[in-house]
Amino acid sequence: MKNKFLRWLDGDVDLMEHVLDTAEVPDHTRDEIKTREEEEEKLLIERYRELGQKSFYTVYHVVAIISCVLLIGVLLFTVARLPEYGHENPRTVEVVSRYVEKGLEETGAINIVSGMILDYRAFDTLGESHVLFTALICVMILLRIDKKNMRTDYEDYYTIKQDAYFDTSQDTIMRKVGMVLMPCIFLFGIYVLLNGQNSPGGGFSGGAIMGAALILFTASFGFEKVDEFFTLKLSVVITFVSLAFYSFAKGYVFFTGANGLENGIPKGIPGAILSGGLILPLDIAVGLVVACTMFGFYSLFKRGSIGGA
Amino acid sequence: MGLVAAFRVILLILLIVCAIAVNLTKNLLQAVIIFMSYSSIMCIIWILMESPDLAITEAAVGAGISGTLFLMTLKKIRGSERSNSSEAEAEPSAVTAEEGASHEE
Repeated sequence: MKNKFLRWLDGDVDLMEHVLDTAEVPDHTRDEIKTREEEEEKLLIERYRELGQKSFYTVYHVVAIISCVLLIGVLLFTVARLPEYGHENPRTVEVVSRYVEKGLEETGAINIVSGMILDYRAFDTLGESHVLFTALICVMILLRIDKKNMRTDYEDYYTIKQDAYFDTSQDTIMRKVGMVLMPCIFLFGIYVLLNGQNSPGGGFSGGAIMGAALILFTASFGFEKVDEFFTLKLSVVITFVSLAFYSFAKGYVFFTGANGLENGIPKGIPGAILSGGLILPLDIAVGLVVACTMFGFYSLFKRGSIGGA
Repeated sequence: MGLVAAFRVILLILLIVCAIAVNLTKNLLQAVIIFMSYSSIMCIIWILMESPDLAITEAAVGAGISGTLFLMTLKKIRGSERSNSSEAEAEPSAVTAEEGASHEE
């Protein structure tokens, strides 16, 4: 492709040539032309290599060093202007003190961080969840292999060979360790997820741990076992329902709050699992999205599909 | 200087060493492992800065899942290199080599 482009730049070849007028040319002539073109191509590539390599690497190094130094300068400048570690920042002290002083009362969450990211700044977290979802879609566009886009036989063969060669699910150590570790990791993920309002953790970390547990399960028992319960459809439904629930619930709360209405969501006793108003359901929604996304990444990277479809 | 402060300085130095080493290493597998150790060090630093929420996320995402994804990508790249070379050995025809090259692009 690149060589053709170089030749086209020099005016040697028309890119559409072989499409437009190969029909009239006899076979042996075409072969001759082809060999001649190939030889010319090789000579041309050599020439460009000799010419380009030296100057290219000089320019490359200079540009890389300059941009690195510039970036370091900008970052150090910004860090120097930050308020000192542990000191109060006069510009945002109002917001911070409001969060720290009234956070427990207003959100019902002992973990102020959860109160912030899922109550005061809930739309930020919604945006993050959508970023993850978008990333999953992008990976799917790039890497997914299904019946409609098995592009060549070669690629199909390559994928299958890869899977057989690197299949870890027949490994005894892997299976045994996975059998012991997987439930513990999954339970820990659920714990972190459900206690987001009381202790460090929450939707994102809990979801990531659950996704990691699913990945371990897949690595130790193979994709067939996971395909039985985790399909593409289930993944899409879970993601959609979670994001839609998040948007509507938080939209409702912000709407009532902005208009000075009661939203009727009980705060609960601080410290209990069922407390913090909407924080727990929102945590679960975010966690499910994150778990689906992480497992989706793994599955798409490994074999180009989620749930065998 | 207290013990915790000294520990923090050591961690920060290790962090910088890891960040530079990732750029300098030629071996991609080593680069991935250094990247994962960078995340682990960062996780401890988050705990020292009293933000355990971030520490958990860093440990799960930085050291765990993104490392796994990197390793898997590496494996795919090497696998394609291996299958290309073995096919070229089996049938040293121009067509296969061209196909392999176009697939790589």
